[in-house]
Amino acid sequence: MSDDISLSEAERGAGIVRCDACPVLCRIRPGRPGACDRYANEDGKLVRVDPLVLLARPDLARVAFVEGSSSWAGELGKGEGAFVTGIGATTTYPDYKPAPFIVSSKHDGVDMVTVVTEGIFSYCGVKVKIDTDRYLGPEQAAVRVKGEAVGHVTTAEYGSQMLSLGGVHHLTGGSKKEGVITCEALLALCAREAVELSIDDGSTVVVQANKPPIVNGTREERMRVGCGSAAIGMFAPQWKDHVDEVIVVDDHITGVLSEHQGGAFLDMKPAGIRVRGRRSTPGRYFQVAEPGLGWGGTDVSDPLEIIDRIDPKTAWPGLKLLMVSTTGEHSAWFELDKDLKPQPAPMPAPVRKVVERIAENCEPALCTVLFMCGAGGSLRAGVTENPVRLTRSVRDALTKVTLGGVPAYVWPGGGITLMVDVAKMPEKSFGYVPTPALVAPIEFTLRADDYAALGGYASRAVSLEDVLRGTKVRVDK
Amino acid sequence: MSRPQATRLRDGRLHLQHGPIDLVIEAFGAPLEVEAAYAQAFARFGDILSTLAGELPVLRRPVGVAHPLLHGPVARRMARAVWPHRVVYITPMAAVAGSVADEILAAMIDGRALDKAYVNNGGDIAFHLAPGHELRAGIFVHALDGHALLTHDRPVRGIATSGWGGRSFSRGIADAVTVLARDAAAADAAATVVANAVDADHHLIVRQAATTLDPDSDLGGLQVTVAVGALPVAVVDTALERGAAAARRLQRAGLIEAAALSLQGRWRIEGQGALAQAEAG
Repeated sequence: MSDDISLSEAERGAGIVRCDACPVLCRIRPGRPGACDRYANEDGKLVRVDPLVLLARPDLARVAFVEGSSSWAGELGKGEGAFVTGIGATTTYPDYKPAPFIVSSKHDGVDMVTVVTEGIFSYCGVKVKIDTDRYLGPEQAAVRVKGEAVGHVTTAEYGSQMLSLGGVHHLTGGSKKEGVITCEALLALCAREAVELSIDDGSTVVVQANKPPIVNGTREERMRVGCGSAAIGMFAPQWKDHVDEVIVVDDHITGVLSEHQGGAFLDMKPAGIRVRGRRSTPGRYFQVAEPGLGWGGTDVSDPLEIIDRIDPKTAWPGLKLLMVSTTGEHSAWFELDKDLKPQPAPMPAPVRKVVERIAENCEPALCTVLFMCGAGGSLRAGVTENPVRLTRSVRDALTKVTLGGVPAYVWPGGGITLMVDVAKMPEKSFGYVPTPALVAPIEFTLRADDYAALGGYASRAVSLEDVLRGTKVRVDK
Repeated sequence: MSRPQATRLRDGRLHLQHGPIDLVIEAFGAPLEVEAAYAQAFARFGDILSTLAGELPVLRRPVGVAHPLLHGPVARRMARAVWPHRVVYITPMAAVAGSVADEILAAMIDGRALDKAYVNNGGDIAFHLAPGHELRAGIFVHALDGHALLTHDRPVRGIATSGWGGRSFSRGIADAVTVLARDAAAADAAATVVANAVDADHHLIVRQAATTLDPDSDLGGLQVTVAVGALPVAVVDTALERGAAAARRLQRAGLIEAAALSLQGRWRIEGQGALAQAEAG
């Protein structure tokens, strides 16, 4: 074999790179890995496919160690201000050795130790928050991907529907196919890809982290400003001089201005328009229609459907009525004719302006995906010889827990159960193994002396400078 | 350039890595024998890749009328394993993973008294069994899809799996073909041949010339599979039958003991006994 490992002109022209990481000396085309699947050609550069990712400005370090200090704005190349994440640390399961890199770097005379590992979480899942008032399906209904149950509909919170996906029962407790599809769905959601979820006796919703939900093919644009009653309270003074009545149509609580405390406060005259549903308190009505994909999360497409009756003793010809949804997406203007029948009419400009203001005050509707998992004994044992001490140390806030450099919320109670927003994590943070289980990066950061005290593998610590020297790294800001 | 690496896994297994070679090794027996075996394995591992790399140009050429002249012990194992398949296009590289596993296994059991041992080279596995001992191998395609019971009394000491989604290119569309044979090199070569035979014509099967993906590929300008869409069941069955026919041919020729073929959730098993499909999930 020739000792000459230089590439020909044609090869260089084709973007081929030569990998010299091992004696095979692969020539690698752009976008392709070498024989080992560890190194690849990314835009003409040789990179590790599973790089250690360094975060240039980790929130964690600022919170934990740099209070009152500004010296973290150093240069990455000197190993200052960088934070090594677990991405690409490539441990195996079960954790067979001290986590691949136990990094120690000096800061203000304090040795900081970050134990970097890639945890394998068989018992993980995601919590999904979907900003919508549209009806996605009944609580407890199964959420399916490709026909397999991957989770369920849980509670509706203010303006949002929550889903709980994954977890031990779907990953490993059901059929093999269920486990595989659940793992695929979780991985895709964590990778911020779009996943189509269908809900039993409900809707089909496309969910993607930090993107608007798409419910039955319709993109949700806005999150409602508040319930119908809240919208009345917020905008009553702005409507007062232009309308005789406003009905804010909402699947939860429909508001009626002249009856509502907000209208009464402004001395508005009763208009005699009674909406359907069950009256909760004056001007607030439950269940004016069935839930659906129409006005304000109801099944209504013609708002007049929710008007039960108009009292001839109270109402009057020429009465001006605004009907509007909680997002301002739907609106209509009516005037009562001489028979007290509402007739559509052009909406006056000042009223239109307030309708638009409702829309303006609605935040963009998003899906948010929180990865949730428990760090098991075996993973913790990769960090210390005495795993329970790590748990206690996390409890006592001596150890900060991050995933891909993003601080995790650690649940109170036993074990290390945590949640993290996948949208904040670096790209390609997650992987999987066919168990099926997800692989996620996890870092434990603490002072070197605390680390030694809890039985850590302090003798295996390497300096950040050595990591930078010895490992191909990707830098994320 | 990276050097060969050895790591002891927490459960005691030995992990050897150099370049594209990843071996997970386990020996069973008296502790001193096991430790001695691991030491022998690591000692042998040191020059495996560099010796192989020196003969790569020959190893990447198809075998034809003349038996290739090779010097390294692993390279010779490779040539020996692919030689019976020379009626089809095959290069010694088709048996590289299995040959490395066989070579390390031979080195580690030499002079040792072990109950059993295996060298797993990315799914191509060489193993040793003393009388009365057995091993179980799981076959993962999407999950645990099948298993093989490996017993001393059968003439099987190698198991290998090939498919289009794996590390090396395949000319066929099999998700996985797992073969049991007398050693890992023989199983590796045969799995490649059978996986290539699992094939069909369909517009959802996307192929590309191997060198357009990897300029060093031993498959040169031959078309290799890069994507397979969801195929009609009839097409899946036709492809599986072609592969099964190839497996039966190899079995009649005494080259393999059994083969399990998998494509889009459907299976064929040729040969009896050792291979079984996992319970349907």
